[in-house]
Amino acid sequence: MRIRWLTFCLYLIGATSAVAAADIQYVLVADPYIEMHTGPAAGYPITHVVERDNEIGIKKRRTDWFLIVDSTGKEGWVSKSQLEQTLQPSGTKVDFPDAGLAEYDQHRWEIGLMAGDFGGATSYTGYGSYGFSRHLSVEFKASQILGNFSDGWSAAINLTHTFVPEWRVSPFFSLGTGIINIEPKANLAQTTDRSDQVAIVGAGLKGYLSRRFMVRLEYDGYVVLSSRNDNEDVDEWKAGFAVFF
Amino acid sequence: MESGIRSIFLAGVIGSALLGGASVHAQDADNNAPQVIEPNVERRDVTAGAIDTENFEVTGFIGIMSVEDFETNAVYGARLAYHINESLFAEAAIGQTKVGESSLEKFVNEKFFDDRNLTYYDISLGWNVLPGESFLGQKRAYNSVFYLIGGLGSTDFADDSNFTVNFGFGFKLFPTDSIAIRLEARDYLFDTDVNAEEKTLHGMQGTLNVSWFF
Repeated sequence: MRIRWLTFCLYLIGATSAVAAADIQYVLVADPYIEMHTGPAAGYPITHVVERDNEIGIKKRRTDWFLIVDSTGKEGWVSKSQLEQTLQPSGTKVDFPDAGLAEYDQHRWEIGLMAGDFGGATSYTGYGSYGFSRHLSVEFKASQILGNFSDGWSAAINLTHTFVPEWRVSPFFSLGTGIINIEPKANLAQTTDRSDQVAIVGAGLKGYLSRRFMVRLEYDGYVVLSSRNDNEDVDEWKAGFAVFF
Repeated sequence: MESGIRSIFLAGVIGSALLGGASVHAQDADNNAPQVIEPNVERRDVTAGAIDTENFEVTGFIGIMSVEDFETNAVYGARLAYHINESLFAEAAIGQTKVGESSLEKFVNEKFFDDRNLTYYDISLGWNVLPGESFLGQKRAYNSVFYLIGGLGSTDFADDSNFTVNFGFGFKLFPTDSIAIRLEARDYLFDTDVNAEEKTLHGMQGTLNVSWFF
């Protein structure tokens, strides 16, 4: 019984490795030699080289490093810049284009994180955005607010207009609405939790960083439409990073 | 006339057939020479999308956490990292521990808050400072890296959410290309007034982590 299980397991391992082997793509070394590191960074030692006209298989990628296997079965990590000097079966050079400014100009989705100051308290914001066009997008934002006297959270939906999306750094303007919930700290318990609607006017800068990353600086002016007589104004300044795709 | 043309064609066909046959024989004669076997594998051009990418790292951890003046307890949690390039990674983490009684609570023999769980989350940036190999005995070498990490987050402690700064360092060892074992030391700093006066608390943490790249 145990032997049957063992055979079954071996069969499974064989099957999965066969699937993995099918994924390997082959290229021909065109430089005098290509260097194989033990790990995916320049700091890891070079243990083997593969000479010109030898075939190598690409197994997987981590950041800008590729795990390759040579004809003798030795494995090692090769940098993207070296791998781009190898030849494909058709004889053309291998090319792994990264997302660039052109993709940034055309992107539809953004997911990002920001941190900043919300009327004297610390705030964290996560946001997701979908672009209807290159200029106009809808954004969903959720924030956590951590203050000395009260904590809270807010959720908002914004309509954002990016003025010059083809620029590396472009200003934007946004209008939105949402709700804010403020809970006074436990030891100041005489006031109760408050949920209010907010109107938000914002402006800021979006900048392209590299690959799929962008940076964002933003000011939001909140008008808290409270049930009391006065509306409350809160300024929020924040900065953060986002990925686009 | 027509039959003449036909016979010329016929001669041509027979002639080429004979020559063809002769060349086949010639190939047979060459068979003693070393053969070049073309591998019967379909070679397609490389597409970047078909290469398996492993930029994410999911981690589970256990360890001990000493919350200043609130005793030392077991901590456990999870992390998710995205590797931006060979040096930098961004990591989100959540963790939970229990806190004991502070010296003031013991002194007055009263608990200042009921929920004795401390839960935190953070988003941090890590920097792989010293990549290299570590040797286990004379015959085994593993990839390893020493990294620095720091970030911002929030800590739920004493019925209150607190802005938290964290920093630390760690050592990562790779038994395989996709699995890593990490030993990490982190300090979580946040302000609290649970002991009557506002002060900064340190949450010193030592953890054993197991990571998987996908």
